[in-house]
Amino acid sequence: MKVSSKILALVVALALPLSAQAHKAWLLPSDTVLSGADPWITVDAAVSNDLFYFNHVPLRLDALTISGPDGQPVSAENSAKGKYRSTFDVHLSEPGTYRIAVVNAGLFASWEENGKPKRWRGNAESFASEVPKHARDLKVSQSAGRIETFVTAGRPNEIALKPTGTGLELVPVTHPNDLFAGEAATFKLLLDGEPAKDLSIEIIPDGIRYRDKQNEMTATSDKDGQFSVTWPSAGRYWLHAEHEDDKTSMPQATQRRASYSATLEVLPQ
Amino acid sequence: MRSCLMLILLLLGASASAASVDATVEIPRIDASEYHRPYVAVWIENPDHSVAANLAVWYAQKETKEGAGTKWLADLRQWWRRSGRDQSLPIDGVSGATRPVGQHQLRFDASKPPFAALKPGSYGFVVEAAREVGGREQLRIPFDWPITETRHLDVKGEHELGLITLDLNP
Repeated sequence: MKVSSKILALVVALALPLSAQAHKAWLLPSDTVLSGADPWITVDAAVSNDLFYFNHVPLRLDALTISGPDGQPVSAENSAKGKYRSTFDVHLSEPGTYRIAVVNAGLFASWEENGKPKRWRGNAESFASEVPKHARDLKVSQSAGRIETFVTAGRPNEIALKPTGTGLELVPVTHPNDLFAGEAATFKLLLDGEPAKDLSIEIIPDGIRYRDKQNEMTATSDKDGQFSVTWPSAGRYWLHAEHEDDKTSMPQATQRRASYSATLEVLPQ
Repeated sequence: MRSCLMLILLLLGASASAASVDATVEIPRIDASEYHRPYVAVWIENPDHSVAANLAVWYAQKETKEGAGTKWLADLRQWWRRSGRDQSLPIDGVSGATRPVGQHQLRFDASKPPFAALKPGSYGFVVEAAREVGGREQLRIPFDWPITETRHLDVKGEHELGLITLDLNP
């Protein structure tokens, strides 16, 4: 009875969309709007249910990419991984806007082996060597996830914010480092560079530990992929959207999931 | 002689209809993309908010290397402060698995502990709920002990808890 209910739970877990039990992944910069001659920021990176508290696992930084104000890559400094968070510094040596992102791409597979469900995650190369060629009930899905934040030294610019054309991305109508309490901000979501319409966007304010409700807001992208948010108060917000379809770029996969998360800081008036 | 008769009458009365405390705790249906059953603590509090007795603590029983079951008990922050942090878990006859959406009955024989151990006075029947990726809510029903007459008391939650009822039957 116990064993069969365990298997049932696994089967149910496999059947659910990958997102159902996903924890929130986030980058938390020490500052988002900076002045001065030689600014630095430090960034915490973690995965947790509670925003923005380090209480689950650190975010892996293997796929960290930082674009500088001229669009060129900037390297992270003093990277370290702790029990509950990863951390790194960014030297903002040039004025303008930096895009700091962890961009993950991968394959998930599930199949049956000797009557037992198997799960696997990896990439196109490891798929060939690690997943049995004639696996029973093989289901393969592809994921493309972007977790990011934005930081500006001096005057904001938009070179680093140019979309890459892959997966779900946010492009500014309102600059992401020009957000103020009580004002509306408008952004555009793109999927593979095209407007991502009718997507539901979840926006959750920081600080759940000190209140009794999530106070999440939702928005829906219009036909141009655009949506607006009026910030109820100053603070940090976590914005999230995801999309599933069958437009895979890897031939093994039948399903593709694209997700986007950003940490945005809203300043008081 | 007279007092002896009274005693007999009292004993007869007690055995004819056992005094009881019946409570229901409603866990409301919540429309969420990611739903986890709430952690719930139910206790009796003294006027100074100290805990007179724990009645129920429902939390995830599955252990992981993070200690998943007990790791989030502190999210029941008032219960944790008033009692939880002094307890060694599980608490016999009190703690148990999380409950699904619906009405959950709690029945206590007033002639047995923990109620029988209460000194006459004013108390609070307190329910606190905290849900992963959700919210938190705490409700309180004041009552007097011992029970002198049949009383139905209730309070309604707004988000994490539904209707809480307390029936006192002398």
